Amino acid sequence: MFFTSQEFQTVAAALNSGFLKTLQLFFITLVGAIPLGLVISFGSMSRFAPLRWLTRTVVWVIRGTPLVLQIIALFYVPGMKDLFTWPSGETGRMTAVCVAFVFNYACYFSEIYRGGIQGVPVGQQEAGLVLGMTKSQIFFKVTLLQMVKRIVPPMSNEIITLVKDTSLARVIALQEVIWMGESFMKGNQGYSGLVWPLFFTAVYYLVFSGVVTVLLGRLEKKLEFFR
Amino acid sequence: MVILDVQNIEKHFGATKVLEDISFSLEEGQALAIIGSSGSGKTTLLRCLNFLETPDRGRILVNGEKLFDAADPATQRESEVRKKRLHFGMVFQSFHLFPQYTALQNVTLAKELLSQERPDFKANKKVILEEIRAEGLSLLDQMGLSERAGHYPHQLSGGQQQRVAIARALAMRPDILCFDEPTSALDPELTGEVLRVIRGLAEQKTTMVIVTHEMAFARDVADQVIFMDSGVIVEQGPARAVIEHPREERTRQFLARYAGQ
Repeated sequence: MFFTSQEFQTVAAALNSGFLKTLQLFFITLVGAIPLGLVISFGSMSRFAPLRWLTRTVVWVIRGTPLVLQIIALFYVPGMKDLFTWPSGETGRMTAVCVAFVFNYACYFSEIYRGGIQGVPVGQQEAGLVLGMTKSQIFFKVTLLQMVKRIVPPMSNEIITLVKDTSLARVIALQEVIWMGESFMKGNQGYSGLVWPLFFTAVYYLVFSGVVTVLLGRLEKKLEFFR
Repeated sequence: MVILDVQNIEKHFGATKVLEDISFSLEEGQALAIIGSSGSGKTTLLRCLNFLETPDRGRILVNGEKLFDAADPATQRESEVRKKRLHFGMVFQSFHLFPQYTALQNVTLAKELLSQERPDFKANKKVILEEIRAEGLSLLDQMGLSERAGHYPHQLSGGQQQRVAIARALAMRPDILCFDEPTSALDPELTGEVLRVIRGLAEQKTTMVIVTHEMAFARDVADQVIFMDSGVIVEQGPARAVIEHPREERTRQFLARYAGQ
């Protein structure tokens, strides 16, 4: 039986540990980028023009260049130019990759937030004002939920993309699930020339993105009680 | 007794003058209709009363209290403006109900938030909130909507939504209730139910300022009428007299366009 074989057991254990890193990167990116994106979106809507243009330029550069390039630059350049050094080994790779991912995704999220905030009709704000509500009451009690409802579908798209984008960390040899699968082609723990582990990683992605899709779909459903 | 006194209001948007030397007063318990073609400044005038726009010149007094004076920045402080707005209620052309709240919650939300500022709120929270809820229900009942209290705005017709919006404005017990073309966004068959509600309020001597294109309604329900054109008041006086026997040529031309209806 293949699934009980030594080969499968060894590969599965390695892939599991790789996938754990994939998950780590995924959740750290979400936890960091969701609030940072809000800060960036406020910057891009600022009434202070220099801040607005600076923020929009940064967002343009980050969204306009490949994430792979950003990861490589962020990981190698500081050490080569004697700016600072990342911690050694996997910790350093993970830290650098997380910084690149959080910043990259925050820029994407910020544009979604901006659309969400600007999409709530100004009449909602005015209706709150004439009823004597404060600006913060209006934001938290009136605008926020309408904004969340608007951004859930585009955010779902980005989050599903993030599931698969985590594999880009492989470019600086972070030992996530793709790196692990590939290692059995080159040689790892006495196995080499194995092709199936690389393709088997697809199962992890499919299951994970399936779970994420279901969860986000539920959130979207929950917000359907109003229009 | 004069409740609202508007003196020499002037408002520019950039180089465009949208209101020029607007002065009028309103007696307590009376309804004032503001008529005029689109772009004549009617809506801007209402928005000035509700502090959604800041006039460049002039004063606004309610019950003799100076709420706004363009020459006195102290009357324009953000923190005080919030409280001053409560003298006025506002019903918008396109309702602006809060979509994530039920009809009842739309009516009670602002009152609940305001009651949190009462010193006895913590001690009597339950009683206070129950009072607000009961009051909200009775307002909806008055609008003929007691069956719809638990419905969300998207589940209501336009006429029902506008009646919820009227209840929401009344919940804050404003001295003066303003309507900005309350039936213009409605299908013709739904305007009647909203106009009936406003007529009912007039019979109860609610002080109102109503911007409207419904001339027959203005004539029958309003006590006073103001006709505006290009940002100025062309003619004002008792509703029936102005609409049936306008003195000014511009008023006559404007009313002639509605005569066939």
